[in-house]
Amino acid sequence: MASIRELHQQLINNERSAVEITQAALDRIQALEPKLHSFLQVTADQALQQAQQVDAKRAAGEDVGLLAGIPIAIKDNICTRGVRTTCASRILENFVPPYEATVTQKLIDAGAVMVGKTNLDEFAMGGSTETSAFQLTANPWDTSRVPGGSSGGSAAAVAAGECPIAIGSDTGGSIRQPASFCGIVGMKPTYGLVSRYGLVAFASSLDQIGPFARSVEDAAILLGAIAGHDPMDSTSLKVEIPDYTQFLIPDLKGKKVGVIQETFGEGLDPDVEKSVRQAIQQLEDLGAEIHDISCPRFRYGIAAYYIIAPSEASANLARYDGVKYGIRTEDAENLMEMYTRTRAQGFGSEVKRRIMIGTYALSAGYYDAYYLQAQKVRTLIKQDFEQAFNQVDVLVSPTAPTPAFKAGDKSADPLSMYLVDLMTIPVNLAGLPGMSIPCGFSETGLPIGLQLIGNVLREDQVFQAAYAYEQATDWHTRSPQLDTGNEPPKQQKKAGKQRG
Amino acid sequence: MLDRDQVRKVAHLARLELSPEEEEKFTTQLSDILEYFQQLSELDVTDVPPTTRAIDVSNVVRTDTLQPYRDRESILDSAPDLDGEFFKVPKIINPE
Repeated sequence: MASIRELHQQLINNERSAVEITQAALDRIQALEPKLHSFLQVTADQALQQAQQVDAKRAAGEDVGLLAGIPIAIKDNICTRGVRTTCASRILENFVPPYEATVTQKLIDAGAVMVGKTNLDEFAMGGSTETSAFQLTANPWDTSRVPGGSSGGSAAAVAAGECPIAIGSDTGGSIRQPASFCGIVGMKPTYGLVSRYGLVAFASSLDQIGPFARSVEDAAILLGAIAGHDPMDSTSLKVEIPDYTQFLIPDLKGKKVGVIQETFGEGLDPDVEKSVRQAIQQLEDLGAEIHDISCPRFRYGIAAYYIIAPSEASANLARYDGVKYGIRTEDAENLMEMYTRTRAQGFGSEVKRRIMIGTYALSAGYYDAYYLQAQKVRTLIKQDFEQAFNQVDVLVSPTAPTPAFKAGDKSADPLSMYLVDLMTIPVNLAGLPGMSIPCGFSETGLPIGLQLIGNVLREDQVFQAAYAYEQATDWHTRSPQLDTGNEPPKQQKKAGKQRG
Repeated sequence: MLDRDQVRKVAHLARLELSPEEEEKFTTQLSDILEYFQQLSELDVTDVPPTTRAIDVSNVVRTDTLQPYRDRESILDSAPDLDGEFFKVPKIINPE
C-alpha cells in the first residue's frame, strides 16, 4: 500500500491522476465495506470533484502540495459543511452542519480528498466502536473482533487500505487504542496543537484531533497540515508549527527513554508484554538509554478521567434538546416532555450512563467529593509526568493491556470497558503528545501497539523515537489478509434499537 | 451506594426520561462505578490545586462584534419545527 510520498510521486510523474487515485480508494471501499463497515457515509461524488480540481490545477501548471489528491477519511464527529455529521448518534442522524471544521478546511485547502465519514462510538464514548447507534465496525485483522475505539472506523479504514490516512479524535485514548488494535500509527498531539473548532465536543479539556496513518512519516505529514493556532478555538496554542518530517532521524544515540513501570503490572496480556519488552530492547539497540520510570499516580487516571470526562460531557451534551437541530420526539405534550423524551430516544445507553455520572458528580453536595477531587488527582498525575520528563526525553508503555477483543465481550460490563484505556488516559489528563506504533503481533496474529509519550509540545521527540524504531522493524509493512478468509459475522443494527 | 430515587433525581436534572429497566440497570451500574471512584480518596490532596485544563493558556479575549451569518437558511433548515423564521416548541406554560 502506497505512502503519501509515493502517491504524490505518481501524481507528479503523471502515472496516475488524482481522480484515478481517488477512484481506486472508492473501489476498495466498495469492495470491503460489506465486511468492515468502517464508514457511516461514503462521499464519492464530492471526492471525485475534489480530485478533479487537483488534476485541473496540475493541468494548469500549478504546483500541488504533498496531500493534494490523497484520499482521507474523517471521523464522523467532525463537522463537514453540507455533509451529514452524526457522531454515530440517533440524536444527530439528520444533522447537516452549516459550517466546516478548521481541520477539514485545512485539509480541503491542502487538496486532500475526503472519501467519507467514519464510524465511532456514539459521541466518541467507548473503546470498541460498539456504542455506535448505526453499525458495528470489524477489525480488519479478525472480523469477529472490535477495531478499538472510539475512532474505530478511521483506524479500520486505514488498516484495510480503504484510504492511506484518516483523522480521529482522542479524549482518553480514542486514536491510540484503535491504532494499536488495528496495527497502524495513531497520534494524539499536545492539547491545543490542533484546533477543536468543528469537533463535536465530548470533554473539552481533554479532546484533541490527530492523525492515523500506516507510517510515521505519513502521520508527520498529516499532523503538519492540520496543526496550528486558530482564533476560533480559545484553547488553541500560539506556537510555530515545524515541518515534523525533519525529526524523522533513524538514530537514537543519547536519547533517554523511560519505561513506565506501572504499566507492566497485573492484567497485562503476556503477548503484549513480550512485544513491548522486545521493542524497548530494540530502542536500546538503536542507541537509546533506557531508564525505569515510576509514575505512582498513573493508576488513578481511570477514576479521575471517568469523573472529569462525563462531567464535561453532561454539560456539553445539554445542547441536544430537540429545539434547533437534530431529532425531536413526536410524543410530547409540553416542553419538559420534549426535552426528556427527545434525549431518551436520541441517546444510546453509554451516552446516557455518562451523562448520569457527570450530572451526579456535578450535583450539589457531591461536587467536592468527586469533581474537585478528580481535578486535584489530575494535578498529581501531571506532576508524575513532569518529574519523569526531568529525567528522560520520551516515555514508553504498551498502548493497551490486550490486543483487540471479541465484539460483545465487554459491552455488558461498562467498568471493564473503561479499564481498556488504562495506559492512554493519563496522557490526556496531562495534555501530552502520545503515539501508538505497531510493535508486534500476538500468537493469534493480532497487532500490538507501543505507546510513545512526549513532554508538552515535544512531538519532535515522539516522531524521532517512533521513526527510528519503525525503520528498524517491519511490523508496519504487514497488512491484514482481507480478500480471503474470514466471512463477515457483522450485521447492521436495527433502527432505534436500545442496547444495554 | 446509589438508590433508585437518586437515579430518578439525577435523570431529572439531566433531562432524561428513563424506562423502569434503565432505572434499575443504572442503579446497579452507577453504584459500581461510584465505588470504583472511591480509590481517589486514598490520595492525599491537601494543598494540591485542581487542574482545570491540561495546558494553561492565559485568558483569551476578543471584542464581541456582531457579524451577519452567511448562511442563515441552512441553520433554519436544521430545525425540527419552525414557524416562519422562529424555532417552534411545544407549549411551555401549563394552564393549570
